[in-house]
Amino acid sequence: MEPILEIKDLKMHFPVKGGVFLRPVGSAKAVDGVSLKVYPGETLGLVGESGCGKSTLAKTTCRLLNPTAGQVIFDGHDITRMSRKELMPLRREMQMIFQDPAESLNPRHSVGQIVGEPFVVQKIGTRAEREKKVADLLERVGLNEKMSSRFPFEFSGGQRQRIGIARALALNPKLILCDEPVSALDVSVQSQVLNLMMDLQRDMGLAYLFIAHDLAVVRHVSDRVAIMYLGKIMELADADAIYNHPRHAYTKALISAIPVADPNSKRDRTLLEGDVPSPIDPPQGCAFGYRMKHAKWQESVGMDLGLVEVEPGHWVQPCPCCTGV
Amino acid sequence: MADDITEPLLMVKDLKAGFETDDGLLVAVDDVDFSIERGKTLGIVGESGCGKSVSALSLIRLLPQPMGKILGGEILFDGMDLRTIDDAEMHRIRGGEIGMIFQEPMTALNPVHTIGRQLMEAVLIHQQVDKREALRQAVEMLERVKIPAPEIRVGEYPHQLSGGMRQRVMIAMALINKPKLLIADEPTTALDVTVQAQILALIDELQVEMEMAVILITHDLAVIAENADEVAVMYAGRIVERAGVEELFKNPLHPYTRGLLDSIPRMDSKRKEHLKTIEGMVPALSEMPDGCRFAPRCSNPHGDEVLEKRPCMVEPVPGHWVEGCACFWEEE
Repeated sequence: MEPILEIKDLKMHFPVKGGVFLRPVGSAKAVDGVSLKVYPGETLGLVGESGCGKSTLAKTTCRLLNPTAGQVIFDGHDITRMSRKELMPLRREMQMIFQDPAESLNPRHSVGQIVGEPFVVQKIGTRAEREKKVADLLERVGLNEKMSSRFPFEFSGGQRQRIGIARALALNPKLILCDEPVSALDVSVQSQVLNLMMDLQRDMGLAYLFIAHDLAVVRHVSDRVAIMYLGKIMELADADAIYNHPRHAYTKALISAIPVADPNSKRDRTLLEGDVPSPIDPPQGCAFGYRMKHAKWQESVGMDLGLVEVEPGHWVQPCPCCTGV
Repeated sequence: MADDITEPLLMVKDLKAGFETDDGLLVAVDDVDFSIERGKTLGIVGESGCGKSVSALSLIRLLPQPMGKILGGEILFDGMDLRTIDDAEMHRIRGGEIGMIFQEPMTALNPVHTIGRQLMEAVLIHQQVDKREALRQAVEMLERVKIPAPEIRVGEYPHQLSGGMRQRVMIAMALINKPKLLIADEPTTALDVTVQAQILALIDELQVEMEMAVILITHDLAVIAENADEVAVMYAGRIVERAGVEELFKNPLHPYTRGLLDSIPRMDSKRKEHLKTIEGMVPALSEMPDGCRFAPRCSNPHGDEVLEKRPCMVEPVPGHWVEGCACFWEEE
């Protein structure tokens, strides 16, 4: 099967300016050589700590940012260098859902305007047709069509996220990039929204790139999971495989850090020292081996750290310090 | 009385607190009871708006002014009623015998002062020492919360530190006067899991070392499971269930507690399956039913009478209290 989205060696470097004249003095390598494929109808989970570049990856993928290098191929079209005009028809098929529905919905627009805006932008249908579609969409995400004249502040967090989802669904997309879609929600509401997203995927054949920091949530909704650290993918595998048989030391550390809702399962925990290092001038070689001050980190400097397939479908960064591959 | 170690360190009875607004009085915490033993951890868990933070802020009289009001109840801390003592005394206790950590360290730290100066200020207010001694204590405390190169860090500003480091500074500031009670309100919510694990391990270590009691407020049941001794589950301004941590997770009784536990995705759940949910949402404070507040969302069959009369707390297992709503609790 052809992937709906293919990201090839994508890089997004931001210039860092300094000095009196704000000359570029370096670059923050937020995304530094990422390759991923998302197939139609699947969910690819992307997990990483704050500052690892996962949100930048999503923004670069849908060209909210222009990548420094690499390629983004969506539905067979290379969109990396396309103009706004050329992108327009493809934008229908690739939509985004953001973390904070309070900030991604215009407070001065009614829900009907927000959900109907994609039709206006893409010049689809008459006013009456649009209203009918908005009503259908609101119903589809579990809201009432009567709510279309109300404003975002009148809704709870979970309902606002449903409005964001309705807007993303408006143009029948093939792929939705979801950036922390449930992390601002309470658990009881979080499960409602996750169920809705899984239902929509089944009914409409949607593909999701699902970005989150909560590993249990990602595992539950994803088919495959990629673990990102300091702008690079460390490990990529089937969702069960990555949790049951993690190969990279960083994946293992992340999994061991998740608290478990069972007071009797107090486990030995690998406590990581320090924080994620800055993406400005990241260390040479394996970035995680460097943070762990691993004895074999030196050996990884200068190695080709592109992912290798250790088992069918299980890809991991080869390095002497963290994976021993 | 203060020396009587069999008394709980803190006893809260019938605490009622709320906000005076243009739309009238909104009661955010409605007759809440809990207590905490010396050296133990009480976890308060609940979703946003359930009143867990308001309860904690009421204890130290830090409700947002002028709207926030404590409307009733007793707060007995180490033999004193924190509701009735004068402001000077409260000032001495706050930051002295009771330390606090909040969710977002960037807003709780002053951005224009060095962290050393902020730590020293905490010492100078509460102890009769000179600046040199205060600085020595500041450096020592930073070292104890495992901040590398503390002599250098004392001269830095909050923006120069990462989120995890700032939270460590907050902990250092809360603990520098060796409090008997630490109130930690969502201390790790803004942090990544790996940093969260570090911070919780640190609080645990210092708690044992300093024999301090901790009130841990969070929405995360897993954090509660791993760190609390006793748990209080709050819903819409009331404690609906209260028990030892093992008992609560093994034998949850209230439909809300059960619903919460069922709706978290677990690492061993079947993938892509529907998660259990609690339908609907928390009623607005102005539209709260008088009776069981969970009834409008409860999936147990129940009649309208549960909305009328507030259920009493019952104790089916010693030490395990639950709000005995008629939908699941039949009185013998």
